[in-house]
Amino acid sequence: MYDFAYQKPSSVGDAAKALGGDAEAKALAGGMTLIPVLKQRLNKPSVVVDLAKLGLSGITVSGNTVTIGAMTTHATVANSAEVKAKFPALAGLAAHIGDEAVRHRGTIGGSLANNDPSADYPAAVLATGATVKTNKRSIAADDFFAGMFTTALEQDEIITAVEFPIPQKAGYEKFPNPASRYAIVGVFVAQTANGVRVAVTGAGQDGVFRQKDMEQALSANFSADAIANIKQPQNGLNGDIHASAEYRAHLIGVIARRAVAKAA
Amino acid sequence: MPFEGIGASVRRKEDVRFLSGHGNYTDDINRPGQVHAFIKRADRPHARINGINTAAAAKAPGVLAVFTGADMAKEEIGGLPCGWQIHSKDGSPMAEPPHPVIAVGKVRHVGDPVAVVIAETRQAAKDAAELLEIDYTDLPAVSTLKQAVAPGAPLVHDDVPGNVCYDWHIGDKALVDAAFAKAAKVVKLDLTNNRLIPNAMEPRAAVGEWDTSSGDYTLYTTSQNPHVIRLLMGAFVLHIPENKLRVVAPDVGGGFGSKIYHYAEEAIVTWASAKVRRPIKWTAERNESFMSDAHGRDHVSTAEMALDADGNFLALRVSTLANMGAYLSTFAPCVPTYLYATLLAGVYQTPVIYAEVKAMFTNTVPVDAYRGAGRPEASYLLERLVDAIAHDTGMDRVALRRKNFIPADAFPYQTPVALQYDSGNYTATLDAALQAADFAGFESRRAAARSRGKLRGIGVSTYLEACGIAPSAVVGSLGARAGLYEVANIRMHPTGSVTVFTGTHSHGQGHETTLAQLVVDQLGVPLDQVEVVHGDTAKIPFGMGTYGSRSLAVGGTAMVKAMDKVIAKGKKIAAHLLEASVEDIEFKDGKFSVAGTDKQKTLTEISLAAYVPHNYPIEELEPGLDETAFYDPKNFTFPGGCHVCEVEIDMDTGVPSVVNFVAVDDVGRVVNPMIVEGQVQGGVAQGIGQALLENAVYDEAGQLISGSFMDYTMPRADNLPNITVGTEITLCTHNPLGVKGCGEVGAIGSPPAVMNAVIDALKEYGVRHIDMPATPQKLWSIIQAGAPRMAAE
Repeated sequence: MYDFAYQKPSSVGDAAKALGGDAEAKALAGGMTLIPVLKQRLNKPSVVVDLAKLGLSGITVSGNTVTIGAMTTHATVANSAEVKAKFPALAGLAAHIGDEAVRHRGTIGGSLANNDPSADYPAAVLATGATVKTNKRSIAADDFFAGMFTTALEQDEIITAVEFPIPQKAGYEKFPNPASRYAIVGVFVAQTANGVRVAVTGAGQDGVFRQKDMEQALSANFSADAIANIKQPQNGLNGDIHASAEYRAHLIGVIARRAVAKAA
Repeated sequence: MPFEGIGASVRRKEDVRFLSGHGNYTDDINRPGQVHAFIKRADRPHARINGINTAAAAKAPGVLAVFTGADMAKEEIGGLPCGWQIHSKDGSPMAEPPHPVIAVGKVRHVGDPVAVVIAETRQAAKDAAELLEIDYTDLPAVSTLKQAVAPGAPLVHDDVPGNVCYDWHIGDKALVDAAFAKAAKVVKLDLTNNRLIPNAMEPRAAVGEWDTSSGDYTLYTTSQNPHVIRLLMGAFVLHIPENKLRVVAPDVGGGFGSKIYHYAEEAIVTWASAKVRRPIKWTAERNESFMSDAHGRDHVSTAEMALDADGNFLALRVSTLANMGAYLSTFAPCVPTYLYATLLAGVYQTPVIYAEVKAMFTNTVPVDAYRGAGRPEASYLLERLVDAIAHDTGMDRVALRRKNFIPADAFPYQTPVALQYDSGNYTATLDAALQAADFAGFESRRAAARSRGKLRGIGVSTYLEACGIAPSAVVGSLGARAGLYEVANIRMHPTGSVTVFTGTHSHGQGHETTLAQLVVDQLGVPLDQVEVVHGDTAKIPFGMGTYGSRSLAVGGTAMVKAMDKVIAKGKKIAAHLLEASVEDIEFKDGKFSVAGTDKQKTLTEISLAAYVPHNYPIEELEPGLDETAFYDPKNFTFPGGCHVCEVEIDMDTGVPSVVNFVAVDDVGRVVNPMIVEGQVQGGVAQGIGQALLENAVYDEAGQLISGSFMDYTMPRADNLPNITVGTEITLCTHNPLGVKGCGEVGAIGSPPAVMNAVIDALKEYGVRHIDMPATPQKLWSIIQAGAPRMAAE
């Protein structure tokens, strides 16, 4: 990696200040993407601002909301008795991100801020209509994701927590890339009082997206059969040596049906 | 004393240090004053180098030196040599273009070394390498065999017309053509053997050191054969006499063939260490491994079998294109010839065989031996062809195999492609495997799977391989530029413990245990008093290293011969001490005794007498008990067996899973059953990897698409079933241990078993053949394309 300055502020305000004054500054959460990128010399930040001392980790369940601090690791979410009881699809998703080592370093805030088009968490956030809390504002999921590796976050904006409304039922299923085990297709379905939302990760050229035909069908009838005949168009989907756009389009249907079938 | 000899599943002695993090690998070695090398590599497949401006890099902080190919050429440093010469059909020697240590004039594959920066730290070397200004003119590239053979294809080497390294053949073409002319049926199959990247867990590394006092060089390197590296690098590349060059291969974390070869980085750090007068370390980053470790396989073949009306094989005709990559790696030319086409008889009594092999240069990483080396390509071709014959003729695939097997009473058996098999019983391994896999009960499992939305198939492979490499005179006559004997030195110590110095090298196989068990067995010394030393040319006699499942069959036999000498000398000492005649001395269970009496001396007492020769036949016998034997094998060994694989394919997604795998192998006598089981399981894991997961993909422009673990699919635990390993033994007839070798059987026998199962699972879709790897997307496409027809039926 290239040389860079390193700061580990102890308040969100100081962290935002460190990031805000410098377009080349990078925030470090769990580092599961940033560290490999630095090692490969694909990024040359002026300063790395470590968010580990901001006190942003922890899980709160109150009423119909699960709130997860931005620096909470995937393992913490996966193993939380409260999340498992109230929102098992989220715990299940976290339990299958990366491998054991990644789950003990990687964080929900880091995953969302990075918005890798193959990451799992964006599907949960978008499908539940969660709210991304930052040091500046609250951002609705529909406004947060802005294309591959791009979000609504400003340079001096730090995710502090994610607020998930607890769905009546939800399920997440993923078809992993056989090599990297990132999602080739991941589908999160959530049934709420306001209807069903379906979010697809891994497949779209612009990152996570909502599958509205499925949402409509499932809102009328929350069963795998209800979406059996919905054809996902290929345009806008990724293709690579593991899965063409055509195959991904097919998989979205299969994986969505499995997500519905396992929803709890 | 617990049973620790031949046949005991004793735990591996080496695992204590490996599992507790105390292995000593090349990258763990740090020499005083050590500096670091970073290799600048070509980022493009084919380009002319117009010039390299090193000035800025050389002035960068911490940099000691920057060297290019031109700097090495000035000192008449040789190119990396090739250890095997093949002659084409017309008698002409293969094209053997220069393989500069650092590119000169042109770069020929992504990863080709262009310059080396030596600096105080690795970081400084990498920083400086970014300041190198390389002026390239890009040239059109060929990456696939199809591109390389196309008329007018770009030339990888300007002086190698048509990119052809050699155009070789074996067998009697006229006899084969005549047999085809009168055949009742001919079955033809086109198939590809996919290109693989070995990916040993430990990346390659090298530390070069030049002693300012003695002028001696030492190279620490990740090698399977340190003496071969010393010979090749000393004699052909750097012109360092062997008495001034020591090569050490300490603990090595997996090789699979990829660490046999002499690589550029070894020569670079050794040569440059004298230039900068500092020890130099280089350790590959994982992305460098992908683009600089020799790759494996990469064949495109057509196979045809001529049959009589009863399904007897009459003649086999094979035509193969083999990818050599951009340069000839150390043993590359022999892999698709003498390690491949000589195996095309397999376990069958096909009377006549003709094979032609055209080896091609491409703008890709050099291709060389990878676990099995040529033999997996042969067994895959044959075992897929046999299933295609069953498919086309409607014959039962197991009955077809049985009908054509070389019978158990036909050994020694001379094949029409040079090899003479000494022993085997293919019906026995087949029967045992079918029973262990419940082959007879398969159809009910197929039906049950279907009700779960899964297509279930079963596949059989009855394979054979040749290993225990190799009789020196035979391989010499076939083009080898090396002997392939092995050597062992058995050093009895005064107190009765033993050190074994072996020319073989362990890089995961467990030699420190298996070879020690031979000493337990023959000399009666407890396992914990036996030390096996390997991997250091300053310690061990000149041996040829480990590959081709040779360590036990060849290296173990050398040990037996050396121990025979220890016993023979010990008998003379015992005869003196026991006041008996040598002819009356017997040696058993570590004791010398006078036949028919209770007079005896232990081996420990004899050892002590040998080193403290107070009461000793000093007039007739030298002191000491330290014996060396070289052993050149009389023949290859021929392990074989039967692998049965069951897969299920998810009809919705095309995802295949291996749900059962049985391997019954004849590896000859088994020294350590636990280690054999582990070796077979590891080989099968790599075979399943080749069949379902792994694929080195170059795009048409010559870029390596699968250049990291993000895209190159290694088999993982959850891709693998529980693998049932069995053995059905016939003894090798020409080595005293009766051993054949087990390191490669798993990777040789398994890919066709897996693919035959996948194709069986899809039989209702009319599938006759699928090329490896059988990825979910490929299988889904078949199911998808077949679905409307299925619905209509």
